[in-house]
Amino acid sequence: MTSTQAPLVDMENISIAFGGIRAVDGASVNLYPGEVVALLGHNGAGKSTLIKILSGAYKRDSGTIKVNGEEAAISNPRDAKSHGIETIYQTLALADNVDTAANLYLGRELMTPWGTLDDVAMEHSAREVMGRLNPRFQRFKDPVKALSGGQRQSVAIARAILFNARILIMDEPTAALGPQETAQVGELIKQLKSEGIGIFLISHDIHDVFHLADRVAVMKNGQVVGTAKVGDVTEDEVLGMIILGKCPPGAIPGPGAVN
Amino acid sequence: MSDPAISLDRARASELGIVARFFKATELDTRLLGMIGALVIIWLAFQFLSGGQFLTPRNLWNLSVQTSSIAVMATGMVLIIVTRNIDLSVGSVLGFVGMIMGVTQAEFLPKLIGFEHPATWIIALGIGILTGALIGGFQGFIIAFLGVPAFIVTLGGLLVWRGAAWWVTSGRTVAPMDSTFRLMGGGPEGAIGATWSWVVGIIACLAIVAMVVNSRRQRKRFNFPRRPVWAEVFMSAVGCGLVLGAVALANAYYWPIGIVRKYAEASGITIPDGGLFISHGIALPVLIAVATGIIMTFVTTRTRFGRYVFAMGGNPEAADLAGINTRWVTMKIFIIMGILCAIAGAISTARLNAATNAQGTLDELLTIAAAVIGGTSLAGGVGTIAGAMIGALLMQSLSSGMVLLGLDTPLQNIVVGLVLVVAVWLDTIYRRRTA
Ligand SMILES: Nc1ncnc2c1ncn2[C@@H]1O[C@H](COP(=O)(O)OP(=O)(O)OP(=O)(O)O)[C@@H](O)[C@H]1O
Ligand SMILES: [Mg+2]
Repeated sequence: MTSTQAPLVDMENISIAFGGIRAVDGASVNLYPGEVVALLGHNGAGKSTLIKILSGAYKRDSGTIKVNGEEAAISNPRDAKSHGIETIYQTLALADNVDTAANLYLGRELMTPWGTLDDVAMEHSAREVMGRLNPRFQRFKDPVKALSGGQRQSVAIARAILFNARILIMDEPTAALGPQETAQVGELIKQLKSEGIGIFLISHDIHDVFHLADRVAVMKNGQVVGTAKVGDVTEDEVLGMIILGKCPPGAIPGPGAVN
Repeated sequence: MSDPAISLDRARASELGIVARFFKATELDTRLLGMIGALVIIWLAFQFLSGGQFLTPRNLWNLSVQTSSIAVMATGMVLIIVTRNIDLSVGSVLGFVGMIMGVTQAEFLPKLIGFEHPATWIIALGIGILTGALIGGFQGFIIAFLGVPAFIVTLGGLLVWRGAAWWVTSGRTVAPMDSTFRLMGGGPEGAIGATWSWVVGIIACLAIVAMVVNSRRQRKRFNFPRRPVWAEVFMSAVGCGLVLGAVALANAYYWPIGIVRKYAEASGITIPDGGLFISHGIALPVLIAVATGIIMTFVTTRTRFGRYVFAMGGNPEAADLAGINTRWVTMKIFIIMGILCAIAGAISTARLNAATNAQGTLDELLTIAAAVIGGTSLAGGVGTIAGAMIGALLMQSLSSGMVLLGLDTPLQNIVVGLVLVVAVWLDTIYRRRTA
């Protein structure tokens, strides 16, 4: 987290509009290796839209994205993945009619020497990864449509960590999980962090965020209200940022702050 | 060191009843089984109503030949419907491509290389397949890259290609076809005879056993749960039994006496007292359809492309976010459909020994019906090649059965229409139960 090092990701002045709605409006956030940055804000603040620009799902109208200090051309999900950016979407984005292993490897299938799908090898590592996240999970042969919300979430998380991401985006990763599974994801985040992976974490659970994140960035109506180290602000102050857009003294104000 | 997955699967299996255990162990697709059951019922009903004329080697052999062309196209329609698209143009594309192949071999090539040149059939077929691929690619491009719904593009195609088929010869029928090309349509010459049929059957049996053994070895590699040995043996035995039974049936249908006499004269054989029996064996169009089915099954289950087709059908957005180039996959699906239309067109022009501008009319409906009856879900993401081919056989069984009973065409249409709706209704119930 030394500021002399180039940030892993640097998003500057990002804007995107859907029709007349400026979903993200001149937002800037950055992320250092081994750091967890929490993105906070009310419903519809533009959090998901901002990270979808980073993951290549949306094309920004303006702004620049730098990865490791170099400008990165990200215009589709493949570009993002080639920069080591993996995403767990709020909607999970799983292919409902194929099984767990097929979902984990979707777009990056393991092949046999004859150029055919190596389903057994994929199932093998699917069992391994899922065993780490959700040891009780056994339904490897069923299409993911048949899984519970929490099981689907485990599959989405497993897919993101399977390919040695350098930058991980988690959009409400624990929304459908029980307390034990949530704790497991918390442990996982700490472990990934210690491996030097940078994580953007979107969550509505401020308590959780203070527990896991190094910094918070608060958005309101598509703009950044401010960013702060978790040690420099209180939970109440962050709530004030989210609800009122008021930037406390411990935070660096953004364009969305009201005075 | 015991694998927890295996012991858990065992534990679960022991809770099930004997029937459920049988289905679990054999991993039989109950839906496919239901369809085969429906087919058997239809066959028995026609056998009864026609006074024993339906289940004869001759009728079943003809049924298999008549099914080929729709079965070939149905395999492609599965991919199209699985990705939540539709293709209404297949009948017209078949007509147009058939016309192109007809003109190529009957009018264009004779001027260039003479009549009945040994290469005529392959050149005509090649040009047909290329034309089909181009048409499919063109329609697929508009659907995938310009974003026009498949329903509209192919509805337009239905009119355009039918009109184009007329245009090629201003409505004139083109005949006759090249004699080698004609083999693709079946008939006594377009069948491979008894010996080769047995060879094909035995190779198929060996392939079945090899596949079962290989799949077991693969799963053993990672110590995954495997089917019980008895289940594997049972499935292989049933598979081989069906193959050899079909071969025996095809071989039990002999050449008509007139053709035998001509053949005997031509090759200087004297017909013995008891008569000369020459088996048809498996018809070439049937072999083409089966080969198409095997290739398409391989493509859908063992390749990246096939995996993407099913992933897109379940959730197109998720496929996009996973980095799949969904537009290109869509375009490829339509190219494959175009090629299959060309193959089906070759079979049907060869069978008719002529290319007419009405060829393939209404085939789009039969093809879609075959795929849907065969378990392809219009909601996307679900469908099998084998199911669609059995669906085609089921549709064809209905129509030829009704012809055998002498039903009027309007009544035939009413029955086929009702069967389609009832079949899909039953399927809806089945899916609700098992979901
Ligand atoms: N594809 C889209 N088309 C049109 N408008 C969109 C689209 N995606 C998002 N929006 C709009 O952009 C704004 C920001 O949405 P976004 O999903 O980023 O919010 P969010 O901060 O993630 O909210 P939540 O906490 O509810 O997930 C909303 O007003 C939303 O209606
Ligand atoms: Mg969101």
